[in-house]
Amino acid sequence: MIIEALYGVAVLLVLAPVAVALGATSRATPIVYGVTLVVTLMLGVIGVASLYGETGHATSVTLPLGLPWLGAHLRIDALSAFFLVVVNLGGATASLYALGYGRHEETPGRVLPFYPAYLAAMNLVVLANDAFSFLVAWEFMSLTSWALVIAHHRDQENMRAGYVYLLMASFGTLTLLLAFGLLAGAGGNYAFDAIRAAHPSAALAALVLILALIGAGSKAGVVPLHAWLPLAHPAAPSQVSALMSGVMTKVAVYGFVRIVFDLLGAPQWWWSMLVLAIGGITAAMGVLYALMQHDLKRLLAYHTVENIGIIFIGLGLALAFKAEGLEWAAALALTAALFHVFNHSVFKSLLFFGAGSVLSSTGERDMEHLGGLIHRMPQTAFVFLVGCVAISALPPLNGFVSEWLTFQAILLSPQLSSWGLKLLVPAVGALLALSAALAAACFVKAFGVTFLGRPRTEAAAKAEETDSNSLAAMVFLAALCLVAGVLPGIFLDALAPVSHALIGARMPHQAGLQWLTIVPIAESRSSYNGLLVFLFVVMSGTLAASAIHRLASDKLRRGPAWDCGYPDPSPATQYTASSFAQPIRRVYGTLVFRAREIGEMPPPGAMTPAKLHVDIRDLIWDAAYAPIANLIAVATEKLNVLQFLTIRRYLTLVFAALVLLLLVLAIWQ
Amino acid sequence: MIRDFALQCTEMLLVLLLSPLLTGFVRKVKARLLRRQGPPLLQPYRDLVRLMRKEVVLAESASWLFRVIPYIVFAGTWVAAALVPTFRTGLMFSWSADLIAIIALLGSARFFLALAGLDVGTAFGGIGSSREVMIASLAEPAMLMIVFTLALIAGSTQLSTMAAFMASSVVGLRVSLALGLLALIMVAIAENARIPVDNPATHLELTMVHEAMVLEYSGRHLALIDLASELKLLLYVSLIGCLFTPWGISGPVETPQALIIGVIAYGAKLAVGGFLLAVFETAIAKMRVFRVPEFLGAALMLGLLATLLMFVSRSL
Repeated sequence: MIIEALYGVAVLLVLAPVAVALGATSRATPIVYGVTLVVTLMLGVIGVASLYGETGHATSVTLPLGLPWLGAHLRIDALSAFFLVVVNLGGATASLYALGYGRHEETPGRVLPFYPAYLAAMNLVVLANDAFSFLVAWEFMSLTSWALVIAHHRDQENMRAGYVYLLMASFGTLTLLLAFGLLAGAGGNYAFDAIRAAHPSAALAALVLILALIGAGSKAGVVPLHAWLPLAHPAAPSQVSALMSGVMTKVAVYGFVRIVFDLLGAPQWWWSMLVLAIGGITAAMGVLYALMQHDLKRLLAYHTVENIGIIFIGLGLALAFKAEGLEWAAALALTAALFHVFNHSVFKSLLFFGAGSVLSSTGERDMEHLGGLIHRMPQTAFVFLVGCVAISALPPLNGFVSEWLTFQAILLSPQLSSWGLKLLVPAVGALLALSAALAAACFVKAFGVTFLGRPRTEAAAKAEETDSNSLAAMVFLAALCLVAGVLPGIFLDALAPVSHALIGARMPHQAGLQWLTIVPIAESRSSYNGLLVFLFVVMSGTLAASAIHRLASDKLRRGPAWDCGYPDPSPATQYTASSFAQPIRRVYGTLVFRAREIGEMPPPGAMTPAKLHVDIRDLIWDAAYAPIANLIAVATEKLNVLQFLTIRRYLTLVFAALVLLLLVLAIWQ
Repeated sequence: MIRDFALQCTEMLLVLLLSPLLTGFVRKVKARLLRRQGPPLLQPYRDLVRLMRKEVVLAESASWLFRVIPYIVFAGTWVAAALVPTFRTGLMFSWSADLIAIIALLGSARFFLALAGLDVGTAFGGIGSSREVMIASLAEPAMLMIVFTLALIAGSTQLSTMAAFMASSVVGLRVSLALGLLALIMVAIAENARIPVDNPATHLELTMVHEAMVLEYSGRHLALIDLASELKLLLYVSLIGCLFTPWGISGPVETPQALIIGVIAYGAKLAVGGFLLAVFETAIAKMRVFRVPEFLGAALMLGLLATLLMFVSRSL
């Protein structure tokens, strides 16, 4: 299987220079996206086949590339097979979407060559089986995505986003480099098999965990390392935004899972405290940030942060259970986290595609300039609504199932023996519940302000329905949201080899259960049947509709809106995104963001309008990033003197450095 | 099997038919407490029938979603209400959705209702929706914390199993249960838009939350939404009844006598619940919107405290 997968990756890599050669010809867009669609579909099928096929038998290969004594080890095991599916499902739908959306691209020459390379890089990360290939692929993924972020480089904001992203990505790779360095030890055997066989000491393992959390976490967007994410994800073209938010953050989760669950050996219980605390804070902060936004794509990007938090909560629980020897519970928590990985990649891609369609048809990302699009783009509105319901963790769609499983895992945690976890887990559960409720508020706002109401601008009033390719990609993902929601058992069973490989246990078989119910532990404890819930709701809704239409009245008359008798024709009187979020901003924002409403009244007698200005501070940026940025600015300012020295001074400096180093060496020995 | 199915259908119809009566009863008691005559007990039924017969006046800017939402909201609430044990614990489809899923189903209904508030594009709809989601953002986690507490006591999130466990005599008095009950009552008041969080009878626009959200609905759509909120009230009273006052509920062995006792006990619980609600509402004043977060924050903290107690010791 691995050979076929590598052929696919090779095709993607070759496609990049071909795209350069094709240049700005009109056929370049369909060719590039067509080929990536086919190749990613093939890679996705390979992933599914390896997941279902021979479990345990990983197929691996060593290519004579990279470090001469190491070569490039590549392998598909259950974990990489699952992430191969996630990556290529996202890649295939993004390519299908871009077959339509990409036609609106103003500078295809800046997108097309990097797009297949980016896909290839993400595939290579999950296939890599030694630290060197992993890091090279990881860095390649960072660089290609950076190039895509600054594709529209004339926008100053995008350049800033690219700059912050590049810094954070290099920082993340650096910490991962250190983590792998520590894992490989002085012998320098970077193959994963050798790392797995070596058992690092407790202190070393803890250090690796922290480095992996920083390195993979910064790419995934855990708070407080998320600062680049809401800048970079929306800046890229929408199909790439979907890939970055829906897929690349998952590749980062893969990196974390690979290091912590696979390479690092038996976990300590306190590791999970760290992961759980970070997960809980990330979930709650992510959704609060998202609620404060009025740029649709930025809102979605911030919301990715929330979902990463939910995934890390699941991973933290799995670590805790694994450390205490409760393998069956760990399998549940890990499966919940991985199922959420899959689900989030599906609905986040869908939502970014929807946002992209809105952007291409109105030219607007700012929700305050949209509204009423459901009338002009009914199909896009419908699929976007499906995505909103799914991401808000509402039954019967898929987001609910993975959060439900996470809740079930939380309910098992009183069995943990350590007191720290006993006190932390309920708090994390409360944060998870809070973020789930706030997510619903966030997506009522996102959908309601963008698609419902009356159009706020001319552009929104004249929007056109999106093209059929884009729509096909979105409809497919929306259908997948429903299928994974009503038939989750299939997906949970498919994840069993992964948890078996990493934990040594799996969730009970779900396939044979009556009515396709899912039962995480035992029937007497909890069960959920999305299919029946869906059917019940559909049946009772249809029953009510037909009964009322037949027995009572089906008359309908259109009239002006009631609005308590004084409907105002101006669409400006509607609730906007920021006014919708105002109650939530008052409740949470005053604490979390120091949000203040500043009213400016004109002096008496003046005819100028009064102004209301909302001041929101990003405390994490102020506390963590701004001081570092200032420090670097000051340091570079001071060191600037070095640029203008005479040759004698430079020579003196070089000599002094040499003497110093020799001295250090002499003392060291 | 057939008997189970018949009983299940009976329960679904029972909650549907009883829910307007409960609302009528609360209104009647409230009126009597204020020394008014009050509308007749059956007035909510008449209102529903009248609304169903009337034509729908739809705002020009309303979309297709606005017309579909009443059915979604009604169906979601009805299914959720049918999954809560009323007079017997052995519900046929209890395994299809546990208490977390029931809460989430109500959450789905609210999600769509909040969208409906934004659909027509009026200021009042927006004000209702944005306040509703703010209230929900605190009420829902508080509710989940209560669910956690109860699930840890009963060892299950299945409502039927929980109710059967509560009805068995091994539970006893616990601190966490008391905290959970208090939090659940607070959440139930907020969820059902009752005083002091919201006023179901108000038509003073700036103070309304739920009513503002559904302001643009008329005719059969409004009837469905009213019925859904009546169902929701019944659901919460039944929920408190089956978990905290499980006396008389028919257990796993369903003899005809047990069923009859169950039905009578259920009726009595509804009456007492409705009466207490009416007394409480009459005795208290509505609070400002921005006091509500403090009220619900207290519920959330109580729920969290109850859960923490359960994590610390299984016997508290």
